[in-house]
Amino acid sequence: MNLVTPDIGLIFWTTLTFLILLFLLKKFAWKPILNMVKERDESIENALNAAEEAKKEMAVLNAKNEELLQEAREERDKMLKEARDTKDKMISEAKSQAREEGDKLIRNARQSIETEKKAALADIKNQVATLSVEVAERILKEKLSEGDGQEKLVEKYIQDINLN
Amino acid sequence: MQYFKGLLKSLVLIFLSATVAIQAQASQDEGKEFNPGDVIMHHIADSHGWHLWDYTDENGEKHAVSIPLPVILFHNGGLDMFMSSAFHHGEEPVTKGDVTYIMHHSDIYIANEAGGLDFDEEHHPTNAQPLDLSITKNVFMMLLSGVLLLVLFGGAARSYRKSTNGSPRGLASFLEPLVVFVRDDIAKPNIGDKYHRFMPYLLTIFFFIWINNLIGLIPFFPGGANVTGNIAFTLTLSVFTFIVTNVNGNKHYWRHIFATPGVPIAVLPIMALVEFIGIFTKPFALMVRLFANITAGHIIILSLVSLIFVFESVFISPISIGFGLFMNVLELLVAALQAYIFTLLSAMFIGGAVEEHH
Repeated sequence: MNLVTPDIGLIFWTTLTFLILLFLLKKFAWKPILNMVKERDESIENALNAAEEAKKEMAVLNAKNEELLQEAREERDKMLKEARDTKDKMISEAKSQAREEGDKLIRNARQSIETEKKAALADIKNQVATLSVEVAERILKEKLSEGDGQEKLVEKYIQDINLN
Repeated sequence: MQYFKGLLKSLVLIFLSATVAIQAQASQDEGKEFNPGDVIMHHIADSHGWHLWDYTDENGEKHAVSIPLPVILFHNGGLDMFMSSAFHHGEEPVTKGDVTYIMHHSDIYIANEAGGLDFDEEHHPTNAQPLDLSITKNVFMMLLSGVLLLVLFGGAARSYRKSTNGSPRGLASFLEPLVVFVRDDIAKPNIGDKYHRFMPYLLTIFFFIWINNLIGLIPFFPGGANVTGNIAFTLTLSVFTFIVTNVNGNKHYWRHIFATPGVPIAVLPIMALVEFIGIFTKPFALMVRLFANITAGHIIILSLVSLIFVFESVFISPISIGFGLFMNVLELLVAALQAYIFTLLSAMFIGGAVEEHH
């Protein structure tokens, strides 16, 4: 068999073998393998897409979380501020109330002091009057006991009346 | 590293047995001068039996030990089947009915009335030849590689059923990347969107050529046959590519051949002729490339081994083995490379034929 002369027998068998092999491999090997590879490729792609989707969702969620946190922080700040305000207000209110109360007490005290003072003064006046009367009485008693003092006095009164 | 060492060891073993095979061949022609050309041609050619070795019995008679293969012959509408051992390695004619067959240099001829062969001046027989559809060494190896492919890829395809999530296991995890390679690096870039239809063809030629290249590198049974380095084999495969390409050729493809756009009318007949010849030269190039590459590799390795017998010195063997080992490793690469090139070019031709835009 010459090196470059194609042999009919070998051509025949090659054709037959190749065609049968092509048919059998196509049916039992290439199709299942290629289908499986394709399915897997698709599933990997789907999984990757899903992961990408999940990542995006995660980002959205994170952003939302951040937003919520921010809101919460603001809320807290607001609440703290409010509390501080309330505290300040309460303190100032309490202070002013206390001041008022104090003022009122002082005023009351002053009033009662005044009243007491007046009462005391009145009492002193009364006592002074009583003492004066007593003194006068004693003096009168002295004078009148001397005899004609009484007559002089009566006369004087009568004179005064006449003048009226 | 372990694997590499194992590979190296088996390569050396393979190589040593190749040496033995040649030695057997050489001792056959004892007394005569060793002719490496004849030995090499004998080794790369097809044959009706699987010659293993020769031995000499007590009477000094030489006997060849070989694995017989079936001989299938058609002659005058008659079918004759017998084992190749009936020829006794071409030494005896075989008579079936009223026809006598004679084997001469691996070819089977029909004996003349005297029961012999007629020769022309160049010592070529002029006798008629029957239609020889024998299961020769090459055919046997081809069938074997076909079975091997079916077992390997059929097994790989079945293994998917066992896996729960469709991930490849065992054999499939080794073979799947190769299949994906053919799909993603050969079919897709060269054919485009329509690659699906041609995948079975491309995968089959790729692995069929590759496995035959590889088995061809094994120097002893069941290897040793030079299937992919045989012109009949490469011719058949290129004819398949030719048919697949032209059957699927769309109108753009044919218009490009017979009415190439942008060519002046005066030049068109010449262009059309050139393009038309191009239809045939492309698969022809495929045929020659594979045949020449594989045959050349076999010839180089056999030549290196023959050096030992040419110099008739065992001291040349380290050089032979060293270079031979290098060539064997190179041939491992070439085996894959040529399968890849054949498939790639087939895909390119098909891609050119089914291309839509222009």
